[in-house]
Amino acid sequence: MPSEKPNQIRFAPWEDTEAVPLIRFRNVVKKFGEFTAIENLTLDIYEREFFALLGPSGCGKTTLMRMLAGFETPTAGEITLDGRDIVPVAPNRRPINMMFQSYALFPHLSVADNIAFGLKRSPMPKSEIAGRVEEMLRLVRLQKFASRKPHQISGGQRQRVALARSLAKAPKLLLLDEPLGALDRKLREDTQFELMDIQEKLGTTFVIVTHDQEEAMTVASRVAVMDEGKLMQVATPDVIYEQPESRYVADFIGDVNLIEGTVAEAEEGGYKLVWADGAPPIHAETDVPLSLGDSCTFAIRPEKIAISTDKPDDRANAVPGKVLDIGYLGNISTYHVQMPNGAIFKASATNSRRLSRRGITWEDEVWLSFTATAGVVLTQ
Amino acid sequence: MNRRFTWFNATSLTLGFAFLYLPILILIIFSFNESKLVTVWAGFSTKWYASVFNNTAFLDAALVTLKVGVISSTIATVLGTMSGYVMVRGGRFRGRTLFSGMIYAPLVMPEVITGLSLLLLFISIGMDRGVFTIVLAHATFSMCYVSVVVSSRLVSFDRSLEEAALDLGCTPFDAFRSVTLPIIAPAVISGWLLAFTLSLDDLVIASFTSGPSSTTLPMKIFSQVRLGVSPEINALSTLLIGIVSIGVISASLVTKRSAVRRRAQEQQAVGGAA
Amino acid sequence: MRRLFLIGVPYLWLLALFLVPFGIVLKIALSDTALAIPPYTPTLDLAAGWAGFKDFLSQLDFENFVWLTEDDLYWRAYLSSVKIAAISTFIALLVAYPIAYGMACAPEEWRPTLMMLVILPFWTSFLIRVYSWIGILSTEGFLNQFLLWTGLISQPLVIMNTDWAVYIGIVYTYLPFMILPIYATLEKLDGSLLEAAEDLGCSRLQAFWLVTLPLSRPGVIAGCFLVFIPAVGEFVIPSILGGSRTLMIGKVLWDEFFANRDWPVASAVAVILLLILVIPIVLFQRQQQRQQEADA
Repeated sequence: MPSEKPNQIRFAPWEDTEAVPLIRFRNVVKKFGEFTAIENLTLDIYEREFFALLGPSGCGKTTLMRMLAGFETPTAGEITLDGRDIVPVAPNRRPINMMFQSYALFPHLSVADNIAFGLKRSPMPKSEIAGRVEEMLRLVRLQKFASRKPHQISGGQRQRVALARSLAKAPKLLLLDEPLGALDRKLREDTQFELMDIQEKLGTTFVIVTHDQEEAMTVASRVAVMDEGKLMQVATPDVIYEQPESRYVADFIGDVNLIEGTVAEAEEGGYKLVWADGAPPIHAETDVPLSLGDSCTFAIRPEKIAISTDKPDDRANAVPGKVLDIGYLGNISTYHVQMPNGAIFKASATNSRRLSRRGITWEDEVWLSFTATAGVVLTQ
Repeated sequence: MNRRFTWFNATSLTLGFAFLYLPILILIIFSFNESKLVTVWAGFSTKWYASVFNNTAFLDAALVTLKVGVISSTIATVLGTMSGYVMVRGGRFRGRTLFSGMIYAPLVMPEVITGLSLLLLFISIGMDRGVFTIVLAHATFSMCYVSVVVSSRLVSFDRSLEEAALDLGCTPFDAFRSVTLPIIAPAVISGWLLAFTLSLDDLVIASFTSGPSSTTLPMKIFSQVRLGVSPEINALSTLLIGIVSIGVISASLVTKRSAVRRRAQEQQAVGGAA
Repeated sequence: MRRLFLIGVPYLWLLALFLVPFGIVLKIALSDTALAIPPYTPTLDLAAGWAGFKDFLSQLDFENFVWLTEDDLYWRAYLSSVKIAAISTFIALLVAYPIAYGMACAPEEWRPTLMMLVILPFWTSFLIRVYSWIGILSTEGFLNQFLLWTGLISQPLVIMNTDWAVYIGIVYTYLPFMILPIYATLEKLDGSLLEAAEDLGCSRLQAFWLVTLPLSRPGVIAGCFLVFIPAVGEFVIPSILGGSRTLMIGKVLWDEFFANRDWPVASAVAVILLLILVIPIVLFQRQQQRQQEADA
């Protein structure tokens, strides 16, 4: 796994068989009447992790988080924190705090009183509360706004108050329910890095629920992709992106070309896949054991496909096609290329040159090429 | 809806509001009439107001009404807030359907039936009728109105505020006291005002449940009105209308001003962000 | 424990002061008239247990209800209450719709003020508002003075102490209940629907008829129920503005109770009044529920 911060010790407790998880879900089931929100789920979350629960709305990620906070009780299974069963513990007695999607700032209390709210109900002596509030205000850079009411500050500031309030009691675990959902795009990107900084500074375990895959990829140490109450894959962001285990994960995260094919012939380290009449077969390297005639999906990201006017000789795969459409996004362009059999491939290229000097345009005959390891073979 | 404001609209609004306000306006004007004849103007005078203030029967009745109003609306507010909370947040419990039925039924029940049934109850348990029985009766039907006002506020109340309080270490009761109650306070106050006005206004239920020594103002006015129009009643009515309108208008101005201030602060907050 | 307290207190209060009294009304309606005070013979002796209860059942009689069917005063009073309430509701609708429509078309910054002007009369005493019409409607009242002055009539109209005075009184006092729900639906109406209708070739009048009116139906229905239901059991308006020939059941009940002191018959009248009201109340509830589901 390539680390993004090479000068730091690699943080991967989930690979360490000795490590004891902070949170353990064991065969947890949650039903609402007939509806099953969580289906037999087992999951470990380690201390100091920034863990993201990612999925479309209704996938059960919020239910999972609310069970951690104590607002929902599992129908079956157990949830432990530091080895202790927390299912029977009331929400106000758990060392877990939550940052709500709506922020849930008390409108009748000032920013400082909002932050002090939990402290006043903790064993912390009165004399220390003011100092702690000050410290939290400094952490989120809101000292000037201590006496304002929530409606007197901006959306971004409210988000930071909510964060400070949920961190004030120094919880073992902080839950963040779509924490950046209400912010506009630019502010959201800045805040993502701020969140990561704060998490690193405090060393608190964070669990974030989001439906925004970019957000999950940016902030999280590990991402759990959920669908219909099940975990589809739990892995680091780069593994989720580069080595998805299923069509669902490949399709949910980022843009992807999914090509249905059948195994025609085994090769050195992989297989030859037949995917369309008259088109050259795809050479794909994979560890997945397959037999002749098996059907599978070849998933390849658009940026892993090169587009050129001439046929390249050095690539394992090259297919001819015609440019149907060009999506110009500024930094990159996405080309929709139609194959001889009618299938459409997406390929993207960085616009390193100015537009006027770019060679490829609509209706051009082009070649798409990729290496044997550029895509993954999926059977699920 | 955005539509052009036409002559037709202007005319119907003018006529409509004239219909709503002209009778009251005439009543107010003729309370200052010199003559005892209520439909012929004979010059300006405030003598009917003097005679209202000298009429001990009116003053006694007003006192009874005020007493009943304050006590019954306070009881109604406490009970109504409790039941509004139960309706919205109580979850399932046995007899919930009956409970919500008993909350909504008095709203549509003809007053004559409510009054009759309460009177029969008081007689059958041998309770002497007086201020106390009127208070019980008024508290019972106005708690239902308070409950509706409070529960409609609670429905739009962001439930995560209560969850946040629990999450930060509150017990459920503590969460209600320090978060829910301060936020729904305006609804509770307007519930009290509604209960108070209903009590001040009620004739039928009070007539059934009052005793010989506890005549309320509406009962007094009613017994006079049956004898016909009198300038004294006009004067008394004007006083009552004046008090209520000042109360309602100033309350709405206060809420409007604070809303305007709040909006200004919100805009400032957005403008001064980052 | 706290939850029990929270539910229990209002629950017991309502049981004791709403449901039990109603049970008593039902019981008295089914018992004999006696001349003593209280003027009914108590028929349920709780101390006697099951035997007492059986005794009670055997003593129940529907004499008072039979009496109600035999004396056509009651029949006529029920029918006349429903008729008066229905006519008044219809007039209120005709008066309220243009006002609500005008409010919805008014510039946005006027609307809160207009709303308050509609609600304000609701806060002023009902009794006074009814009373204020006496001076207007009486033979030498302002309306007759005005009409005689304009020369439209040569003889004063007799309105006071007729059914017409009751219609006017009901329309006047319940008008806000009709205006507000209609205004609420009209205000929500998307203006672009009307523009779309006109764009597709409707005249303004056709657009109103084909788009605005059907879409305001929920408000119209709600308003009609809100006026009709309380109007049926009205007592104050017929007793102040109506004449001796104006029959309304609320007034009959009052007279039966206070003048004739016949409590069993008064109770029977109350029970039947409620039965009459159950149908519109249930219909109204259903309509509200459907509306809520449609909005959600």
